[in-house]
Amino acid sequence: MKYKLINFAKQLGLLLLVVWTVVSLVTLLIEIVPGDPATAILGENATPEQIANFNQKHGLDKPAFFFSIKSEKGFEWHGADNRYLDYWKGVVTGDLGKSFRTDRPVQDMIFERYPNTIKLALAAMFIAILIAVPLGVLAGTNKGTLIDNFSSFFALLGISLPSFVTGPFLVYVFAVKLNIFAPTGSYNPEDIVLPAFTLGAALSAILTRMVRSSVIEELGEDYVRTARAKGLSERIVVYKHVLKNGLIPVVTILGLQLGVLLAGAIITEKIFMWQGLGLLLLDDGIAKRDYRIVQGCVLVISVTYILANSLTDLVYSWLDPRIRLT
Amino acid sequence: MNRLTYIGIFIAVILIIVAIFAPFIVTHDVTAINTAIKYAAPSGEHWFGTDALGRDVFSRLITGARISLQVGITVTVVSVVIGTIIGAIAGFYGGWVDKFLSGYLFNVFLAFPGLLLAIALVAFLGAGLGKLILALCIIGWVGYARVMRGQVLKVREFDFVQAARALGASNLRILFIHILPNAIQPLIVQASLGMAGAVLSEASLSFLGLGIQPPAPSWGTMIEEARGFDTLSNPQHLLFFPGIAIALTVLAFNFIGDGLREYLDPKQRKR
Repeated sequence: MKYKLINFAKQLGLLLLVVWTVVSLVTLLIEIVPGDPATAILGENATPEQIANFNQKHGLDKPAFFFSIKSEKGFEWHGADNRYLDYWKGVVTGDLGKSFRTDRPVQDMIFERYPNTIKLALAAMFIAILIAVPLGVLAGTNKGTLIDNFSSFFALLGISLPSFVTGPFLVYVFAVKLNIFAPTGSYNPEDIVLPAFTLGAALSAILTRMVRSSVIEELGEDYVRTARAKGLSERIVVYKHVLKNGLIPVVTILGLQLGVLLAGAIITEKIFMWQGLGLLLLDDGIAKRDYRIVQGCVLVISVTYILANSLTDLVYSWLDPRIRLT
Repeated sequence: MNRLTYIGIFIAVILIIVAIFAPFIVTHDVTAINTAIKYAAPSGEHWFGTDALGRDVFSRLITGARISLQVGITVTVVSVVIGTIIGAIAGFYGGWVDKFLSGYLFNVFLAFPGLLLAIALVAFLGAGLGKLILALCIIGWVGYARVMRGQVLKVREFDFVQAARALGASNLRILFIHILPNAIQPLIVQASLGMAGAVLSEASLSFLGLGIQPPAPSWGTMIEEARGFDTLSNPQHLLFFPGIAIALTVLAFNFIGDGLREYLDPKQRKR
């Protein structure tokens, strides 16, 4: 028990260290912008007063970090009144700064959009499972047959076709030709179908392969022979015994993929103009050079990703006692 | 190696030839605008049709192959070199060096999901070919470093390494002459799959407008241009050809990677 606690504390310490570094990196990213943000926002014709006002309003008039090393001045110590510490104070109190363009608090904009992205990621995962489990089981139990080859082909296609190819293709077929769904937007409940399929396609391909190899591996185990010897039907052997054991690695992948989906959603949201975090990052943040929004979005997405991964590790070691975090 | 591997190698060789000789293969100037023939269907004059500005899709696709492979190969080579060095150092020296590198640094880079770090870097640095390659290398090396570390950890325990040490070989000599050549195999597989990933990442970033800048014809940019509002009801060849090009390229390198993995790992070969 004591060993377990120490191990847990170590993991937590590392997690905090990684989160601290990620936040610091995001905070300092704004420093690598060529030129200064004020000119980028206000334009080349802005007067020096306008620029000074803007910088003061967004705290950009302060030094970037505790110290600076410049060729003309050498090493210079700035003390605690700097942008890096300001951003950290904000993060701790839940304040991610104000949009450079609209002055709206960034955290408000993010939490307005965040539920949409989560909804999309979960829907994509649901669709992926719906396709992958039956297809993977079919392929695994019929190894080497036509069904198996078809599922392998499907899986490879899913992995090789990027979302920005499948997405517009789905739009063309289901929105333009068949007129079943709207091509873009997130207004009606059914609008989620095409984006979720697009986002889930790659995942379903990866999962199909995993379920397949997992089923093949489990079918060779002794307990399967026992179950068959007991006279159980093949269906019960597969669905009650094999699938239960075979799904353990799949569950881990699902957890890890939730983060990937959150990030992959950036492109899918762009294709379908889905009003999520990714679209906020691209259209309001990057396209308008509103760096505060970019910082906020990158921060929230990566912290979610780290937490999702750590949680998966935890659940995984709890599910299977043989696996211990090292 | 199975049939798919050979198909992969075949496609990859053709791609490389096309990329090298692109200037001689193109039939039209890739940036020449002629709106009189916009959205022309594939024909004898324009094999793959023309786009919204009347540019020849075939020529743009061929030039796109060059850009795609250029980015893919550069990113893969640089990432492999950096990843190998850092991974080998972590695995070979162990102790606090390994704790810092694999325990901390790898985790920091793995903490950003997928393309997010690249998107963020390009967003702050500005778009462009050089910055795109830099961003993809920054997110790419850590995968190789992890594989390399694991390999070195394994190989350094082998008897011949002990023998070399007993003979008085220096650390550097042991690492580069004895360990690396025996640890590199899985990295070749990883590099082939990484090449597919790099091509895909370049297309993704260009699709988002953060990679190769127009009028240079990246496949990602071509797809972005193909799904403009008025194109939805227009000829689909604009979407079809670059889509197929990306899929074939990625498939080819995935085939090669999968085939090599099976070939190099006798345990998998039996299945």
